Amino acid sequence: MSSSVERFDEKARRKFSRYGQTVVHLGELLRHPVYTRVLHWSVAISFILSLLSGFAIYSPWLYRWLAPLFGGGPMTRFLHPWFGLLFDLAFFFQFLNWFAPMHWTGADRKWVRQVKSYVSNREALAPQDTGFFNGGQKLYFWIIVVSAIFFLITGVLMWFDNVVPRWLVAVSYVLHDIAALAMLAGFIIHIYEGTAAQPGTFQSMTNGTVTEEWAWTHHPAWYAEVTGRDPREDYERARRRQAERHHAMDDWEREQDERERVARPQTPGARVP
Amino acid sequence: MSEERTLQIQEISAHPGPVPGQGTQRAVEVCKYIDVTTCIGCKACEVACVEWNDHPFRETTFDNTYQTMPSTEWNYWNLIKFAEQERDGNMMWLMRKDQCMDCEDPGCLRACPADGAIIKYQNGIVDFQQDNCIGCGYCISGCPFDIPKFNPRTKKVFKCTLCSDRVGQGLEPACIKACPTGCLHFGTKEDMVQIANTRATQLKKESGFQNAGVYDPQSVGGTHVIYVLHDITKPEMYGGLPSNPVIPPSYTVWKWLAKPTGLLMAAFGIFAVFFHRVAVGPKVAQPEAEPVLTHQPDEAEAARKERP
Repeated sequence: MSSSVERFDEKARRKFSRYGQTVVHLGELLRHPVYTRVLHWSVAISFILSLLSGFAIYSPWLYRWLAPLFGGGPMTRFLHPWFGLLFDLAFFFQFLNWFAPMHWTGADRKWVRQVKSYVSNREALAPQDTGFFNGGQKLYFWIIVVSAIFFLITGVLMWFDNVVPRWLVAVSYVLHDIAALAMLAGFIIHIYEGTAAQPGTFQSMTNGTVTEEWAWTHHPAWYAEVTGRDPREDYERARRRQAERHHAMDDWEREQDERERVARPQTPGARVP
Repeated sequence: MSEERTLQIQEISAHPGPVPGQGTQRAVEVCKYIDVTTCIGCKACEVACVEWNDHPFRETTFDNTYQTMPSTEWNYWNLIKFAEQERDGNMMWLMRKDQCMDCEDPGCLRACPADGAIIKYQNGIVDFQQDNCIGCGYCISGCPFDIPKFNPRTKKVFKCTLCSDRVGQGLEPACIKACPTGCLHFGTKEDMVQIANTRATQLKKESGFQNAGVYDPQSVGGTHVIYVLHDITKPEMYGGLPSNPVIPPSYTVWKWLAKPTGLLMAAFGIFAVFFHRVAVGPKVAQPEAEPVLTHQPDEAEAARKERP
């Protein structure tokens, strides 16, 4: 995208960094600056509100469960379009913020082809060409971009459905739902991957930092870019060190046991080590 | 509109589960029969409707016809549509009383997402319950006859009730009572269809209207308001009466088949990620953290301190 967007993003990032802060501890890397985190949670909150209020209207089986959350049916109907606009607005800025890192590359095509090994956890380390975002994250981002456009167009048509032609409302109704379901599928996976599936990921959106181990495991190419070191080499080194530490510890344990045995006088009925 | 439950409910909009009391009472299907050929356009029915429903008097719109306004409004439910047609070189004035058709398969009720905002009684009357209406306006796009109208001030939708309050008390609708020519009739659906057919046959035989017929569109399961038209093949010329009124499939197939499927898929997705965590486990940053020591750290520390 044009450099004016980059300049705008840079300005916003600087401004937000003045009010908020990101503390990067030893052995950690900065992943998401304050501006990105604020945008992410603005999008998340407005999306969840839109999702719940929308689901109330979506299905008769959910109406009685979800409409009371927003103060009843009429209030749900009134709020939903505004939640949606809020979501689209927040996501627009996130779109500008992430347009560059979300650029689709050959590495992402490869990632999508190997999604099976990602899901089955067969490989402990992500492919070495996985950058700041992997193919799955980019796919989710672009699904949201398309969905957000559909949400906006069909949503406005349904908002003013007493003046919009009948067939247009009927078509919008279906497209709005499909966009929501597509995004919901990604949303479920997104929450899972961000919490239970990958320990250490959630803090990237709260503290803004990740550990170096996390970085070379999940996003090696990004690790190489920010540290200037080889992720595989660093990983091997860490592993070697861990093994050595274990050996040293075992040796120490054995030494201690031996010393205890010698120091203690041999008496009948003593504990056999 | 009516809150007193003198009529047994048959169908409720967006209502999961059975309808309370459905089928517990014996009820005949009612019907309003409108003989368009004998309407003189006096608008007595319009006035009777406004009077009975206590609607405020409102401005009319003049657009070079005798029609009161271009279409029905949220507080003007009964409108005679005036259309001029040429027949054998002469002008023929078509006057059709436009109001809710009370479809057997109501598009408004299918489209409605609010539990209990639209109900259909066992006698066939479709009624809006504004207390439950959320003002989304889906009924407007679900209706093939352009009848439900939005009140922008209260954000609720209104339409003709077929005087369900009167019918519930054994009275005929207000418009029927006011008609001076006898072109409006009210009774059971069976009777009305029979009278209408007789009239259509009479028009064919005695008045030379070869295409005369009864308008009771089966694409919406038949209606509880039926017309006799001079020309059943061209209902559009009577102020836009659709020849094949249909409910958009998005309110039938999509709402009752695809939507629940979508919900099931979402539920499946949640189960899938949950069981992925249970069965496959997390992706932990490598190398994984060291295993827990066999001795507690403070024990090890104590052992170290004991050393001479």
